[in-house]
Amino acid sequence: MNHRAIGAIYKFEMSRTWRTLLQSIVSPVVSTSLYFVVFGAAIGSRITEVEGVSYGTFIVPGLIMLSVLTQSIMNASFGIYFPKFVGTIYEILSAPVSFFEIVLGYVGAAATKSILLGLIILATAALFVPLHIHHPLWMIAFLVLTAVTFSLFGFIIGIWADGFEKLQMIPMLVVTPLTFLGGSFYSVNMLPPTWRGVALLNPVVYLISGFRWSFYEIADVSVAVSIGMTLAFLVICLIIVAWIFRTGYRLKR
Amino acid sequence: MTPIISVANLSKTYGTGFKALTNVNLDIDKGEIFALLGPNGAGKTTLIGIVCGIVNASEGSVTVGGHDINRDYRAARSLIGLVPQELHTDAFETVWATASFSRGLFGKPKNPDHIEKVLKALSLWDKKDSKIITLSGGMKRRVMIAKALSHEPQILFLDEPTAGVDVELRKGMWEVVRGLKASGVTIILTTHYIDEAEEMADRVGVINKGEIILVEDKADLMQKLGRKRLTLHLQGRLDRIPEALAPYHLALGEEGRQLVYDYDTRGERTGITSLLGDLRNAGIRFADLETTQSSLEDIFVSLVRPQ
Repeated sequence: MNHRAIGAIYKFEMSRTWRTLLQSIVSPVVSTSLYFVVFGAAIGSRITEVEGVSYGTFIVPGLIMLSVLTQSIMNASFGIYFPKFVGTIYEILSAPVSFFEIVLGYVGAAATKSILLGLIILATAALFVPLHIHHPLWMIAFLVLTAVTFSLFGFIIGIWADGFEKLQMIPMLVVTPLTFLGGSFYSVNMLPPTWRGVALLNPVVYLISGFRWSFYEIADVSVAVSIGMTLAFLVICLIIVAWIFRTGYRLKR
Repeated sequence: MTPIISVANLSKTYGTGFKALTNVNLDIDKGEIFALLGPNGAGKTTLIGIVCGIVNASEGSVTVGGHDINRDYRAARSLIGLVPQELHTDAFETVWATASFSRGLFGKPKNPDHIEKVLKALSLWDKKDSKIITLSGGMKRRVMIAKALSHEPQILFLDEPTAGVDVELRKGMWEVVRGLKASGVTIILTTHYIDEAEEMADRVGVINKGEIILVEDKADLMQKLGRKRLTLHLQGRLDRIPEALAPYHLALGEEGRQLVYDYDTRGERTGITSLLGDLRNAGIRFADLETTQSSLEDIFVSLVRPQ
């Protein structure tokens, strides 16, 4: 195991985070605060409680997930796409590192960043609404698992993308809609039965549901199913990454 | 002596169907400077790419320091420093950070003294805290060399290292290369400046259309293929070459003030003695004469010229 290489990639990626602090940390925090003002304070004050918690409080886990999902994908996809784009990937490919180590460096850094971001948003939320976390360890576990899984997913997108448009396409056109429809702002149980059935096809529902359960012990689907679905997605991503590296897809000519 | 790099029956066909390399066999000896010459698109960069792990080979095998580049890629790659042709740099990193990154990537423990030594040797020390984006093209090129040297490679690949680098810097760069050779590093370079290959290399390989067409000790090559030219500066002017001298295929130069004779040093006879005799018989007097040896560039051009 070339642990120094993992460290070098991780450090490199994290330094990119600090360099782009405004874009990577401040802007998600500002936009999340806006959600709290609009949905929590303005609209939320007209909404009665959802499943026993105030609306402002109810949307906190969903909002965190919204940022963690999109930021994990953006960070990881950009992290590996950029060296491909500017050509510095030559050095990674010619270094005595295994593909597993490369993934560990890039995905580790992207996940670290989105976990930090999730925690910052959580802290910001605490300024707006009363919060109580029933299962902090499970909360952290869901956060880490989601950040890692979607960073892996982002890594795959970054390798697949051969232009900036494709890089933006999946997060903007697929993940954001899925997250909005995945129960960030409502409980799936509020939907009519037919639409509830449709909603359950959305994998993000399981992530948000499990995460919300760790906060308030309320869930749209059972926690075991949530964990199972997240792990399944993680395994799928791992298999795709393994295939990419075995074949050199879009990396080696 | 076992070669430090051994390429056997290597072929590469790209996805587009373009055959970049055809059955390449090449051994590089430890400690030598090997110059790989060839026109654009000959397969130089593909060959380097395969040895370094950037391009997958279609057929054949490569060992570096006795390690197969696929089965034992860690051992093979940690011996190699690569300076690619294109200027690929992390624009927003500092010179120091990027060199340290490369060292870590190759699994070497931190060694600020070594990085300092490399940056100083490449005249980059005063730029160590500058972001790469602020540097000139020549400096960026040196940053890439610094990255390759940061992990103390045994083998250094320089793909067109002096393209776009001014004369002064080129000299400095070759100083560094000589120093590396002296410390036992094997250097493989490709260059378009054939005079550099001529000056620097121990051996020369010529690649054309994906095939190695020649590998030769530079001095042997120069001698073996070297044509020489005898130029006679005449006392008077000649309007045309006398019939008696036709067999020599002479050419007139300088408006009839020079006679030029090309001859082959490989031949049993150069024909110089009889030429001089025939000149005297024809009553042609000359004031001076000189001979010049054809350069590696002339040899190169004659080898890769379409038949």
